[in-house]
Amino acid sequence: MDSPIHRLDPRSKFILTLGFFACSLMFTNIYALVIIFIAQIPGVLLAKTVGRWLRSMRGGLFLGVFIFVMNVIFGTTIVSSLAFTMRFFAIMSAFSFFFMTTSADDLGLALEQVHVPYSISFTFTTAVRLVPTMAIDAQTVVDAQRSRGLELDKGNLMKRIKNYIPILIPLIISAIRRSVELAEALESRAFGATENRTSITTLRMKASDIAVIIGTFIGLALAAYVYFYVPLPTLVIPFEFPPIELPRLF
Amino acid sequence: MDLSFTYAGADKPSMENVDLSIEKGEFVILTGPSGCGKTTFCRCLNGLIPNFYAGDLRGELKVDGIDVRGKSTAELATHVGFVFQNPENQLFSLSVERDVAFGLENLGIPREEALKRVEWAMEVTGILNLRNKAPYELSGGQQQRAAIAGVLAMRPGIIVLDEPTSFLDPKSAEEIVAVIAKLNQELNLTTLLVEHRLDVVSKYANRVIVMDKGKVALDGPPGEIYGDEARLIGIGLPRVTMLFHLLRRDGFQVKKNPTTVQQAAEELNRMLNQ
Amino acid sequence: MISVENVSFNYPSGPEVLHDMNLRINDGEFVAIMGENGAGKTTLVKMFNGLLKPVRGRVLIDGVETHQKSVAQLSRDVGLIFQNPDHQLFAETVQGELAFSLRNFGFSEDVIQRRVTNLLTALDLERYATSSPFVLSGGERKRVALAAILVWDPKHVIMDEPTIGQDYLQKDRLRHFIMQLKSQEKTVVIVTHDVEFVAECKPRVILLSQGKVIADGSAVDILTNRRLVEQSSLVMPQIASLMNNLNSLHAPPGIIDAYSAREFLKDKLRRAVTTRPPPER
Repeated sequence: MDSPIHRLDPRSKFILTLGFFACSLMFTNIYALVIIFIAQIPGVLLAKTVGRWLRSMRGGLFLGVFIFVMNVIFGTTIVSSLAFTMRFFAIMSAFSFFFMTTSADDLGLALEQVHVPYSISFTFTTAVRLVPTMAIDAQTVVDAQRSRGLELDKGNLMKRIKNYIPILIPLIISAIRRSVELAEALESRAFGATENRTSITTLRMKASDIAVIIGTFIGLALAAYVYFYVPLPTLVIPFEFPPIELPRLF
Repeated sequence: MDLSFTYAGADKPSMENVDLSIEKGEFVILTGPSGCGKTTFCRCLNGLIPNFYAGDLRGELKVDGIDVRGKSTAELATHVGFVFQNPENQLFSLSVERDVAFGLENLGIPREEALKRVEWAMEVTGILNLRNKAPYELSGGQQQRAAIAGVLAMRPGIIVLDEPTSFLDPKSAEEIVAVIAKLNQELNLTTLLVEHRLDVVSKYANRVIVMDKGKVALDGPPGEIYGDEARLIGIGLPRVTMLFHLLRRDGFQVKKNPTTVQQAAEELNRMLNQ
Repeated sequence: MISVENVSFNYPSGPEVLHDMNLRINDGEFVAIMGENGAGKTTLVKMFNGLLKPVRGRVLIDGVETHQKSVAQLSRDVGLIFQNPDHQLFAETVQGELAFSLRNFGFSEDVIQRRVTNLLTALDLERYATSSPFVLSGGERKRVALAAILVWDPKHVIMDEPTIGQDYLQKDRLRHFIMQLKSQEKTVVIVTHDVEFVAECKPRVILLSQGKVIADGSAVDILTNRRLVEQSSLVMPQIASLMNNLNSLHAPPGIIDAYSAREFLKDKLRRAVTTRPPPER
């Protein structure tokens, strides 16, 4: 996948992501939070990742609804609850987008260049890289066990949970075998031979990266200004859930 | 020299009293039925035994003049290159180029030097055109070539390949073995190839070692080795060799033990035109 | 009978993997499905027990469309043995492993006992009955996986790449085993690219390429056809290449394994060698 966003240095992208994160935490006003959310959309369009982004939003729907409902139950106004839900989506969208547009290798490189110990950054990138492989393995195990008569969609809750044992065990064993093979191969390629690891590719900040970083700081400054000095309109809905009387415990 | 190894927790040795010496530039095939100890032997060469696999290792082992005992696998990587069976689990990066460089990066080779070696390794294995592809985009044969390149870049004096054609289709298997043979020739790279598919590899090797039950059973040129004893041990001889064995049993005088189609054709022509 | 009628298949939002396929495998036949990686072989056999259902067209097992039955129901008659035994082994003991499917299919305990014992004997695994499957060697695990499928006695047996990673003795044992299954009148389908194995067993060969059937005939016909062999990333059996090399002999076109070659050559050599004394035995 390629786009101007994909080509940005992961460090500048991460700063941008943190910027959105900070802004989302700053505000409690629903209009502001909606704007913060919407502000990410041009990026999504530019990166041509609309499909994946929508899917991740859909994935967060359950949690979002949960946040809304919990807030309302515990006495927050509807508008505020909506605002918190919006905040959740804004943060989730920012981080999802970051991971969507950054390859595991680039991430690893970025981590290295900010002096995260190599063993950690390598573990991270390898884990990311193995996710699709493990997904295929999982599907194969499910197929193999279904071919032996295992029916995953039948039975009560207890039975269904038990039915996952024949899936989990081979998966775990597979994962372990794979890790052992990987470890052998790593050792054979001199992994850990020296503390001073070199790298043939280096991440270099380009003009576009600097622009993104500057843009982020400007955005933060703007947000701070609005927060302190600009009165934001409040949304009033002429409806409120009746307050729930929590029973007195003592 | 007199090498023995027992895996931790096993009650008998996987490999006993193995006495071998392999010269520089030889192309040796190591074969034998499952469980004969060939995998164990290989893993001693680059230090995986005893560093990675705990157990009791006895005897001496020198590779490239260096005593292997006491060295870590990482240290030995520049002397002994190891290519594994499953291409999927020995490629680490999202691009072939970075993958070939992986070993060099681990060794702390400076960037300039590393790039040169990567270039060279990709060229001799014929994968320059794949440099920016991700490993999962490659075919099994291409992946194995990338693995070989990654190992070559570290400039080992000897390369060990553990059943590299297992997961490959017949055509890719032939191609990769041809590449391995070419590298052995051109770079005088000592090559130890563990294989079951003797029909594919016999034409390139000048020496075959057969192991059985943890010991070396046979050792010599393919023509000599592929006889009755080999058959009884249970290795998969090339079909042409089997044919001649059958003919010999029928009472025909067979002068040679052909191991390739070429040799078989020659011998048959000779026999028919007497 | 396994019947594939105008079947096309693609994974959701993926390209078409099988294009308008038609084929029929009769009860008791021995068939090898061959072709290059990605030709659609595994996808095709997953249709036989309902793991995958055709997007267009239909697959019929013994006259019933796979759409109409669940995987568990179809598996009663179609046993699919996956390539990697580690994808299915999970039980505490080998016995338990074999009993698993029988329990799923609702057999009674005494039948389960009997069948498990029988199969352990048949596959030479008795001594491992109470061992954990995980401590066995690769070849032994493959036998356990095989036993775990055969234990419920499916009518049709499908093996996905049964020869990968096996040494010569193991392959020989496998070949005998397949012959045994055939004598029990089971349909046996193997997905493989092991040309020499196929040359020795001589099943019917169905050659796939890019989701289509490009050839369907005897092993002898297909494996000696250079064009087909090239196209599917296979190689000709060594003996077939040898016969080609000796075109002065005018060998009949069916010789692809050592035994038939020896029969043919014995004849030719005897005629060439008229003055040799008979061999001592």
